[in-house]
Amino acid sequence: MIRFENVGLRYGMGPEVLRDVSFHLPERSFQFLSGPSGTGKTTLLRLLFLSLKPTRGLITIFGKDRSRITAEELPHIRRRIGVVFQDFRLLDHLTTYENVALPLRVRGREEASYRSDVTELLKWVGLGDRMHVLPPVLSGGEKQRAAIARALIEQPQILLADEPTGNVDPQLARRLLRLLIELNRLGTAVVIATHDVGLMEQVDARRMILSAGRLEIYD
Amino acid sequence: MTSAEISDQTAGPAEEAGAGARPQAGARKARRQTPIVPPDNVAGRAMVLVIAIMTFLSCLTLGAVTLVRDTAAAWQTQIAREATIQIKPAEGLDIEAALADAQRIAASYAGVQNATIVDREATARLLEPWLGPGLDIDELPVPRLVIVTIDPEQRPDFAAMRAELAEAVPSAIVDDHRTWVDRLVAMARTTVTIGVGVLALMLSATALTVIFATRGAMAGNGHVIEVLHFVGAEAHFIAREFRRHFLLAGTRGAAAGGAAAMIVFVLFSWWSSRNVATPEGDQAAALFGNFSIGMSGYLGVALVVLVIAALTAATSHITVITYLRRMET
Repeated sequence: MIRFENVGLRYGMGPEVLRDVSFHLPERSFQFLSGPSGTGKTTLLRLLFLSLKPTRGLITIFGKDRSRITAEELPHIRRRIGVVFQDFRLLDHLTTYENVALPLRVRGREEASYRSDVTELLKWVGLGDRMHVLPPVLSGGEKQRAAIARALIEQPQILLADEPTGNVDPQLARRLLRLLIELNRLGTAVVIATHDVGLMEQVDARRMILSAGRLEIYD
Repeated sequence: MTSAEISDQTAGPAEEAGAGARPQAGARKARRQTPIVPPDNVAGRAMVLVIAIMTFLSCLTLGAVTLVRDTAAAWQTQIAREATIQIKPAEGLDIEAALADAQRIAASYAGVQNATIVDREATARLLEPWLGPGLDIDELPVPRLVIVTIDPEQRPDFAAMRAELAEAVPSAIVDDHRTWVDRLVAMARTTVTIGVGVLALMLSATALTVIFATRGAMAGNGHVIEVLHFVGAEAHFIAREFRRHFLLAGTRGAAAGGAAAMIVFVLFSWWSSRNVATPEGDQAAALFGNFSIGMSGYLGVALVVLVIAALTAATSHITVITYLRRMET
């Protein structure tokens, strides 16, 4: 589904942040992306999410060469990739429901056509009674679940989550992990960027460890 | 996989969280969608205020330039509509006959609408401020005048008129006010040019202020652009949402400023019409006409309002596109 071959990336004239990174993310796979802070986890996620271009190497996403994807094609490809940001990135003036429905709304869909889908998804992530609340009122865990729901509303083929348990207590972290495992069972590939070893030990999954810009994979 | 399937197949998180379903209330509320671009913050409100103030000042400048232009044109026309024939008294000259001859000769020319002799009483009144009342005009060798009203569109042949009068009434001097008219034209042109220069500076300052105020208001919306971009919104969708928001905000500010300027002009016009035939009113009317900026002035104000609103929308559009382009590279 997504393949990296000898990918390297540097910001401006600085040193290479990522060096000779090669891996394949198959459909329906589940993996952790880990490594100490500052080793390039977020940068690798940004490459996966097409918000950065590599300085060298080849990235193939859904069968397309990254370097040949035009600006017009980007939004369409992005809709197949769900992202949960570390800082959630919810819009504070929109309700939880409107935030989750945002990816459908920006595609020009009528509200009536997605209302039941959004409501069901919000119930699934446990926010059924927080639908019409603004994000500043939500707790950290609720914001995280709202961000996950927004990433899932378009039924992406892959979900990228950047430190999804970074701001929640261990109990809620376990529940969020169960939610992502459940999602993976239903067919969505999942990449979780985390440096929480305890979280990784709860699941027997592939581990991609970044160290000094190089990637090692432990299947 | 649909979310309905997810819901059917999963046991838990919703139940764990004790999700209280209120589908009907939810559906009702969801119909009234919040605009994607957040409502105005402090910078947004400041932008609307700045736009209103700058539009007001621009419209006042435009109105003032229109007023000066119209008044200058009126001065020129009034003076260009008249010429005078002066007849100096001379030994053995029958001045009344000479005046009648001059009047007849002047009236015979094409382009002359009327030729009127300034009679003895009127001449005495003209001299009254200098020589006092009760002047007997026959005691002094006072020159006499024939006022010639001319068609400014088709001016008579003054050279021929001068030649003919020189033969018939040698002491007659024709003054077509050419020197005055030329000076007035030069002054009016200078005044209007300065006015247009000031207007151009004012509009440029307004445009720059509007651009910077809009960019300031947009600066707080970077996270909205980013989120929309990351959830798969196309660039033209994001640009359209911001354009619409800022067009409305810009129109609100510009319309308020334009309306305030129009109220000022209407009030001045009303004041000047109320003061007709009073010393202050006459003095103001002599300088500025009737203080009315006319239809072209009001259309100009409307145009300024539209241009400023469009400028606000265009600035927000360019800012969004630039922001997105920077994110992509």
